[in-house]
Amino acid sequence: MKAAVIVFPGSNREGDVARALKAVSGHSPAMVWHAETALPAGTDLVVLPGGFSYGDYLRCGAIAARAGIMDAVRAHAARGGLVLGICNGFQILCESGLLPGVLVRNARLRFICREALLRVERIDTPYTRKYAKGAVIRIPVAHGEGNYTADAETLRRLEGEGRVIFRYVTTAGQRDDEQVLNGAANSIAGIASEKLNVLGLMPHPENHVDPLVGPTDGRPLFESLAGVLERA
Amino acid sequence: MIPNEPKITPELVAEHGLKPDEYERILKLIGREPSFTELGIFSAMWNEHCSYKSSRLHLKGLPTKAPWVIQGPGENAGVIDIGNGLAAVFKMESHNHPSYIEPHQGAGTGVGGILRDVFTMGARPIAALNALRFGDPTHPRTRHLVAGVVSGIGGYGNSFGVPTVGGLVGFHTRYDGNCLVNAMAVGLAEADKIFYAAATGVGLPVVYLGSKTGRDGIHGATMASAEFGEGAEEKRPTVQVGDPFAEKLLLEACLEIMEAGCVVSIQDMGAAGLTCSAVEMGAKGDLGIELNLDNVPCREAGMSAYEMMLSESQERMLMVIAPGKEDEAEAIFRKWGLDFAIVGYTTDTLRFVVKHKGETVADLPIKELGDEAPLYDRPWVETPKQAPIDPASLEVNHTIPGILERLIGSPDFASKRWIWEQYDHLILNNTVQRPGGDAAVVRVNEGPKALAMTTDVTPRYCEADPFEGGKQAVAEAWRNLVAVGAKPLALTDNLNFGNPEKPEIMGQLVGCLKGIAEAAKALDFPVVSGNVSLYNETFGRAILPTPTIGGVGVLDDVSKTISLAFENAGEAILLIGETKGWLGQSAFLAEILDREDGAPPPVDLAAERRNGDFVRSLIEEGLVTAVHDVSDGGLLVAIAEMALASGIGANLLAPPAGVSPLGWWFGEDQARYVITCGNPKNGILKRAEEAGVPIQKIGATGGDRITVPGERPMPVDALRERNEAWLPIYMGAGLI
Repeated sequence: MKAAVIVFPGSNREGDVARALKAVSGHSPAMVWHAETALPAGTDLVVLPGGFSYGDYLRCGAIAARAGIMDAVRAHAARGGLVLGICNGFQILCESGLLPGVLVRNARLRFICREALLRVERIDTPYTRKYAKGAVIRIPVAHGEGNYTADAETLRRLEGEGRVIFRYVTTAGQRDDEQVLNGAANSIAGIASEKLNVLGLMPHPENHVDPLVGPTDGRPLFESLAGVLERA
Repeated sequence: MIPNEPKITPELVAEHGLKPDEYERILKLIGREPSFTELGIFSAMWNEHCSYKSSRLHLKGLPTKAPWVIQGPGENAGVIDIGNGLAAVFKMESHNHPSYIEPHQGAGTGVGGILRDVFTMGARPIAALNALRFGDPTHPRTRHLVAGVVSGIGGYGNSFGVPTVGGLVGFHTRYDGNCLVNAMAVGLAEADKIFYAAATGVGLPVVYLGSKTGRDGIHGATMASAEFGEGAEEKRPTVQVGDPFAEKLLLEACLEIMEAGCVVSIQDMGAAGLTCSAVEMGAKGDLGIELNLDNVPCREAGMSAYEMMLSESQERMLMVIAPGKEDEAEAIFRKWGLDFAIVGYTTDTLRFVVKHKGETVADLPIKELGDEAPLYDRPWVETPKQAPIDPASLEVNHTIPGILERLIGSPDFASKRWIWEQYDHLILNNTVQRPGGDAAVVRVNEGPKALAMTTDVTPRYCEADPFEGGKQAVAEAWRNLVAVGAKPLALTDNLNFGNPEKPEIMGQLVGCLKGIAEAAKALDFPVVSGNVSLYNETFGRAILPTPTIGGVGVLDDVSKTISLAFENAGEAILLIGETKGWLGQSAFLAEILDREDGAPPPVDLAAERRNGDFVRSLIEEGLVTAVHDVSDGGLLVAIAEMALASGIGANLLAPPAGVSPLGWWFGEDQARYVITCGNPKNGILKRAEEAGVPIQKIGATGGDRITVPGERPMPVDALRERNEAWLPIYMGAGLI
């Protein structure tokens, strides 16, 4: 697998995701500085990592979405290339128009770092094929602005096209929009593009790959990618 | 002739926090009246915060050396060797006064300052901790302070990208007018690549890096060296404003230019900003420094020399750059979008010369600025001893379960999850033991080595008996590290006290320091860094003496670490250490009987060491399944915490003969641990006997309730509800 992790000023989980990719695929990704204008030749997967790009001082991800490298990322996505945005990366994907909707402040206005329960809504994507359908997995969140929202028409389309890939659920495995930890519409934790090649999610699968530091429910996501890319 | 505007008057001197005799000292030292800028420089260098003038004499008694200590107190942070060519770099520092005035920015910049202290030495921060003390929950300001301090700590650390893995939070009416925010950071460096402040070489460029200088924080250190009275809010402009994004960039840029071999010496601009950092670089390196303020990057036009020298704008560094490396260093800083300016040179004059707009605004002897700072042997009186409490003398109308329920639902014992969930404690993917245990455990790089870290102190004990309280704080931190399987290596101390000009307060400081020194010696747990925060008083009322101890230990194999959660049902619960049933200054007495009296529990350091070494050997050999140290609240609270962490209950035996039930369940005797093991016949009892370690079986794990003979059972779920409820409800936050 040839992966590239984009590093913006203020990114801070680039090391965590690089480590997860290495642990699962055996290969270290290229770390690409935001001011570059081209991806390394042969890049299969682009990762926009978590963090506080540009301090999140405007809207989260708004400045990063206009960084030099982002035209190359958009072109890669348009070619059907894989783009994974985690947390701040998801915010950047929304701000750059690669995914619809926006992430606003958590409903209770506080940063939340805790394990969340997610239901895997479909497994026929390059990111989820190693999960069981409907599996409920433990993945931590760490965000202050992870409250996904979009207009009613967009939400209908996302649901209708089956593009909600991860959803927050209760301990009973049920969706409960009233109790969702950050207030996200339809309990949305992660969505994909129409062709399913771009995935954005708020939780951090890269922090749950190592049994020493917690559950390993994030591992299948990276295994799915490694499998897809090996076949490519 | 140095221009002198405005004129120096006794009022102006007093406004700078300098006493008349201290001003006389300045006149004698320089042989003339100081300029306005010079007066500002002296006030910055000679305040309590920077000069340690009241505490210096007594800090000398602390043990600071051990074979594994690379750098003790006196630098930005302490450095210890943790093996494999690696070093842990750590320190704790207070930001009490600013946090009370403006809690979000005050606490945030406290975190920023301590992180900078660590990466200034060439270490990448791998963990942050804190110790917070707030006033009584019913005090009108407390809720606002909790909300602001927590959002400030989280806002800074989360954005910077360091996991906040541990800490403590306590409430007491004596902090009503002065909350305490003690922030600790731990970093990792290669043991042979530590950077220091001392400049070397004459004529080398002194470079200013990082954010621009603004008018914020002017006189912050002087403000932090005074009591509060009416009008504390008016001091808000002295609080700095933090920018964690700039700090993150500064971290990456600093580590990159260090790696590139550009840095001769480095000092962050913390308290007293450019003044303190430049003077330290020169004085420690036996060199003079000449600054030209025309080159200082400023946030606004028209800043005076005085303002530039005293600004405490955050996220700034001063460095001496290696000859010929200026361009390379500048390119790295420009890449990170940070300011880079040559603002001066090292000289061989031993003078601190400051120029602005072609005029010399300060010309002072650089060594004397630090070395000749006033040193006070302030009068002090010993705190009167109190008599021990006889449990038989207590009239109690509560059942044992009733007391436990009250205790674990009380502000000090209630779960602090609402707080630590606002801190990113998982970033960097090395957090092996998360918040809520005895100590946090953070893996070092790819392992198997790990660091354990904790903060602790019991202010009630220190108030009643500073010496025993000081000992206890060190012993407790040491015990926390042992309980997760670590070998304790060194500590950092953050000494928070009231006004040292009062003999009884000074007596608390002296007593606590003696206790800390004695325990640190006995436990081979040297002091490698620290900070003193005095004048924590409002309207003449002082805080409880609070010498917070931050401890760091090492585990050679992180897979051996053990948590406090019961692991299996049907296991034996054993108590290590002797229980007499010591109730003086206990949480039971304070919470249930509303009494804070009696002698605090004495600390037998030999027993502490013997019991701790024994417990660690059991963990290392994999003979135990859960370990928890018994601290304030006593045995039943410790067991409840182990049950809450796991959901598994416990069936407990009756107290042994000779110990009162109250003393047995809620006494706070020291040097104790609760351990569990699958089979107590695996030799533990025999080994304990051989080692001279008191041990007894006190019950077994199992079920979903905690049962005590003759009392109603306590369902773990109901205890959890009580334990989790208080803080979110208090903060008006709802339970999600």
